[in-house]
Amino acid sequence: MSLTKAEVEHVAMLARLALTDDEVAMYTTQLNAILDYAQRLEALDTSAVAPTAHVFPLHNVFRDDVVRPSMEQAKIVANAPEEEDGFFRVPRIV
Amino acid sequence: MQEFEFEIVMGLEIHSELATKSKIFCGCTTEFGGEQNTHVCPVCLGLPGVLPVLNRQVVEYAMTAGLALNCTIAEFSKFDRKNYFYPDLPKAYQTSQYDLPIAEKGWVDITTSQGTKRIGITRVHMEEDAGKLVHGGGTLAGAGYSLADYNRTAVPLIEIVSEPDIRSVEEAIAYMEHVKAILEYTGVSDCKMEQGSLRCDANISLRPWGQKEFGVRSELKNMNSFKTLQKALEYEIERQAEILRDGGVVVQETRMWDDAKGVTISLRSKEEAHDYRYFPEPDLVPIIISREWVDRVRAALPELPEARHERLVAAYGLPSYDAGIITDSKAMADYFDAACRHYGIEPSPIADDDGYRQADQQGKDRAKQISNYMMGELTRLVKEDGKGFEDCPISPENLVGLLQLLEAGTISSKIAKTVFETMYATGKEAKVIVEEKGLVQISDEGAIAKIVAEIVDKNPNVVADYKAGKEKAVGFFVGQIMKATKGKANPGVVNQLLKAELDRR
Amino acid sequence: MKLFAKPAHELHGLLVQKEITATELVEAHLGRIDTVEPQVQAYMTRTAEAALAEAQRVDAKVAAGEAIGPLEGIPMALKDNLCTDGIKTTCSSKMLHNFVPPYDATVVKKLKEAGAPLLGKLNMDEFAMGSSTENSHFFPTKNPWDLNCVPGGSSGGAAAAVAAGEAVFSLGSDTGGSIRQPAAFCGVVGMKPTYGAVSRYGLVAFASSLDQIGPFTRDVRDCALVMNAIAGHDPLDSTSAPVAYPDYTALLGQSIKGWKIGVPKEYMGEGLEPGVAAVIDKALQVFCDLGAEVQECTLPHTEYALPVYYLIAPAEASSNLARYDGVRYGYRAEGADDIVEMFKKTRAEGFGAEVKRRIMLGTYALSSGYYDAYYLKAQKVRTLIKQDFDQAFERFDLILSPTSPTVAFPFGSRTDNPLAMYLSDVCTLSANLAGIPGLSINGGFAGGMPVGLQLMGKAFDEPRLLQAAYAFEQETGYHRQMPQLGE
Ligand SMILES: [Mg+2]
Ligand SMILES: [Zn+2]
Repeated sequence: MSLTKAEVEHVAMLARLALTDDEVAMYTTQLNAILDYAQRLEALDTSAVAPTAHVFPLHNVFRDDVVRPSMEQAKIVANAPEEEDGFFRVPRIV
Repeated sequence: MQEFEFEIVMGLEIHSELATKSKIFCGCTTEFGGEQNTHVCPVCLGLPGVLPVLNRQVVEYAMTAGLALNCTIAEFSKFDRKNYFYPDLPKAYQTSQYDLPIAEKGWVDITTSQGTKRIGITRVHMEEDAGKLVHGGGTLAGAGYSLADYNRTAVPLIEIVSEPDIRSVEEAIAYMEHVKAILEYTGVSDCKMEQGSLRCDANISLRPWGQKEFGVRSELKNMNSFKTLQKALEYEIERQAEILRDGGVVVQETRMWDDAKGVTISLRSKEEAHDYRYFPEPDLVPIIISREWVDRVRAALPELPEARHERLVAAYGLPSYDAGIITDSKAMADYFDAACRHYGIEPSPIADDDGYRQADQQGKDRAKQISNYMMGELTRLVKEDGKGFEDCPISPENLVGLLQLLEAGTISSKIAKTVFETMYATGKEAKVIVEEKGLVQISDEGAIAKIVAEIVDKNPNVVADYKAGKEKAVGFFVGQIMKATKGKANPGVVNQLLKAELDRR
Repeated sequence: MKLFAKPAHELHGLLVQKEITATELVEAHLGRIDTVEPQVQAYMTRTAEAALAEAQRVDAKVAAGEAIGPLEGIPMALKDNLCTDGIKTTCSSKMLHNFVPPYDATVVKKLKEAGAPLLGKLNMDEFAMGSSTENSHFFPTKNPWDLNCVPGGSSGGAAAAVAAGEAVFSLGSDTGGSIRQPAAFCGVVGMKPTYGAVSRYGLVAFASSLDQIGPFTRDVRDCALVMNAIAGHDPLDSTSAPVAYPDYTALLGQSIKGWKIGVPKEYMGEGLEPGVAAVIDKALQVFCDLGAEVQECTLPHTEYALPVYYLIAPAEASSNLARYDGVRYGYRAEGADDIVEMFKKTRAEGFGAEVKRRIMLGTYALSSGYYDAYYLKAQKVRTLIKQDFDQAFERFDLILSPTSPTVAFPFGSRTDNPLAMYLSDVCTLSANLAGIPGLSINGGFAGGMPVGLQLMGKAFDEPRLLQAAYAFEQETGYHRQMPQLGE
C-alpha cells in the first residue's frame, strides 16, 4: 500500500490542513516510510485476537444527573480569538 | 390515493433531546434558551485537557426509549467519536455510537388512511447535540460571518433510525407522530419541536414499481416541524420524480429544506464528502447492561400510546379515530383522563371479557362530550396560540365545570360557547363567568311566555305570514325572543311556548 | 547549603526543624533559575510571585506551630501541557501561545492542596510529540549534563529543571516514554504510573489511551512522595481506576532478596550503545548483589510495539487535536475568507511539522477503508503485547531494561529522519501500550552522561518498583551526582 500525493492531499483536506506543494511531497515520502514500517504488522495473524481499546477493563462509569453551575460567560469567551457580545465570532460558513 | 409512477422509499432518522436535567458529559443545565454561552463549562466547551463522564440518566432514558420502541437492548455498548469540523462542534468530533448502539431491531405500528402498518426501527443510539450558529445577516447563505453559542452543545440526544419501510408522506408523518407520542409518554423527551428538541432527517429515493433495488437517495436534513416535514418531503419526491421522468440520474447528496423559498437545496458538494473516521472513544468506558437492569427499566415503562388508545375505546366507548387523536399527544391524553376523573366518570370495577373496565352509558356520553370539546374548540384555540395541551388555560377541572352547567341546563349550548371563549381568555371557572355576566339560562315558562306574547303582539303581519304557511316566520320570532333575552332563554321552552302562542292566534 | 541540590524529604526535615523557611527555599530556587536558565532554558512561564506567596503561607503555618505535609513549601514546576487556572498553558505550541485555562488539572489541584509552591511551566515538544524537546515551537531545552545535547522529550523541560536544580520536583506526561526517556537523559527519577492511577483530567490530550502524568524527582523516595500526592481515583476521569491506593513509600528500605528480575532479550539487541550496555550489565550485578535473581526473559512481540504505537497514538491525536480550529481559543490565522479556509490556515500555521505529520498519519489510519488495516490491526497487536507482559509477570517480579538504547544525543542529529527519532522510544513504548508502570532511575554514567535504568512492573505494582529502585539507589548513590552548571 503506497500513499499517493493525491491521497495525501485528500487526507490534508480531511484534517483541515493547508499544505504547500513541498509539504505534500515531504509528507508523502515520510508517511510512506512509516507505513512501510507498519507493514510488518501484517505478518501477525490476529484473526482470533480481540482489540484492546482500554488497558484497564472498566465499565459503567457514570455521573448522577445533577446540575452544577456553568462557568460565567466572560470566562468562557475569555480566550476567544474573536468575540462579539458573548458569542464566538467566525468567518462566513458558506 | 393518487396514481404515482414511482414507488417512494423513505427512512427517517429522528433526533430527540432527552429530558435530563444536566448535559450528557458535564453538569451544565439542559434548560432551553439562556443568554448565549452561559450554560457552558470547560468540559462542554471542549477546552484542552477536559474529559467526559457519562450521565447515568442518559443511559436509562435511551433504554426506556429502546424498550418502548420494541428494541433489543445491547448487553455491551460503547461510544465512538464521529470526526468532522464545524464551528458548532467544539471538539471537532461528536461523541456518538457507531457499531454497538444501545438498542437495535425494534418496530412501531402506525395508523394511516390505508390502515395499520409496521415500521421497523434499525437502531437507537446515544449522542450529544451541537451548538447553535447565529448567522450575521440572518440566513446561512449570504451571511458575512456567524456567531457561535454553545448552550445547546452536549445536550443528550437519542437518534432513532428507521428501516426504509416508509412509502408515503402520510406514513412518514404518522410515524413521526407516533414516535413523538412514545417519547412523550415515557417522559424521555419533552419533544418541543419549536425548541429543536425533536427533529428529523429523511433518506428518500424513488424506484419504478416492482423494482427490487433501491434508487439513489438524497438525505434531507433537520426538519423540525410536521409542516416542514410534509412540505420538504413532498417537494423532494417531486424533484426526484422530475429528474427520473426526464431520464436523469439523482445525485446522492445531503439537502436542506429552505422554508423561505419552499425548495430543498444541496448542502455539500461531493468533494466535501464526509469521512467521519469513527473510532472507539478512549475517554469513555463501555456500558454493560445486565438482564436485571433491562427488567427494571421495562417494569417502569408507563402505559404507551397503543395501550391507552385501546383503553379509551373500550372504557369510554370513544370512536377509534377520536382516541387516536387524543392519545397521539401525551398532554392531550392526560388532559382527557383528568377531565373524566373530574366528571366522575367511573369505569366499572368489574372488567369485561377483554379485561377492560367500561363506564356506563351516561359516563360514555359525558366522555364523548369531553372529547368533542377537546378535539374541536380547545384544539383550535390551543393551536392558534401555538401552545400544547399541557399549558392550556382551561384546566380539565374547569372544562368539566362548563359541561356540568350545560348538562344541568343552567346555560344554553350557545351561551356555553361564549363562556368557553371567556374561560380560555381569563382562565376563570365557568360558574364564575356565568354569574358575573348573568348568563344563566331562562327556563322559567312564565317569564318566557310573557316575552313571547309581547313579541307576537308587536308583529301581527308576521303572524299573518305564519298563518299563510310561511315557516320562516317562526325563525323570525325565535330570533327576536333570543335578542330580547340576550340569548339566555332556553331554546326548547321558547320553541314550545311560541308554537302554542301562534296556534292560539 | 545548596538547597537546590536536595530532595524534598530532606528539605521537609529542614522546614520542620525551622532550619530554613519555605520563602528561603523558593528564593533559593528562583536564584538558581536566574543563574542557570540562560543555559538550560527549561521554563516556558515563570510564576515567582505566586510561589513566594504560597511559601509565605507555609511559613506562617510553621510559625503557628502547625504541622505541614511532606510537599508543603516544596517548590515544583509543571510541564506546560497541564492546565493551570489563570496561568498560560501553551503545550509549547504556537497554536496555544496565548491560551489561559480557566480551570486546574486534577493533579494541579492536588498539588495546590499539598501546598507545593508552583515556580512555573516547563518546555516540551509541541503537544508532547517528540523525544528531544526540539519540537517546541519556542526554543529547545538543553541537557544540563551537556548543553550541546538534547534533554530528551517530550517532557524535556520537566526533566532538565529537576536535574539542574531549578525545581525540587516536576510533573510530566508520558505517552510513549515522554517521562522516562528524558529522566534517563537528564539523570533523574521519572515514573510513568499505571494507566488510570493518576487522573488525566486537565492534561492536554495527545493519545488518550496511552497518556499518563507522572513525577520527575531527585531520588526514589521523592518519587513515592509525589505519587502519594497525585495518585488516586478521580470522578472527573472515566478511565481513572477505582482501586485502593497505597502509601507509595511503604516498601522503601525493604529487601528485594529472592526477587526474580527478567531482562527482555529484545531490549538488549541492536541499536543499544555499548556504553549503555555496559552500565546495564553493571546494574544487573548490583541487583544480584542485593539478592535478586536476574534472568533473561522474552517479550516476543516487542518488535511490533513501535508500529503499533505509531498507528494508535497518531490516530487518537488526530482526533484530540482537531479542536484546535481557531474558533474558541488559541491561534487563529488572519485573512481567511470563509470558515474552511480559516480552519485550514489556522491549523497549517499553528501546528509545527511533527504535529502535522502525526495528524496526517492518524487521519489516514482512521480514514474510510483503512481503519481495519491500521487502527484495528494495531489494537489487536496491542493485545498481544499486553499478553507478553502478563506472561512475563507470571514468572518475574519486575522487568529491567535500559530506558533508552542511547544516552542523550546532540541537537539536530535526528531531526531529519522521523523514524530514527521514533526509535529512541523503543524501550519505553510497550509499557504505555500495556498500561503498566515504568520507572527510570539513574543507572550510572557512560562518557559522562547519565544512563537510564528502566524498571517495569505489573499494573498497580508501583510500590514494589519503588522498593527495588530504592534498594539500587541506596547501593549505588548515582542519584547524588549533579551536573556542573553556572558555577
Ligand atoms: Mg446523529
Ligand atoms: Zn458543561
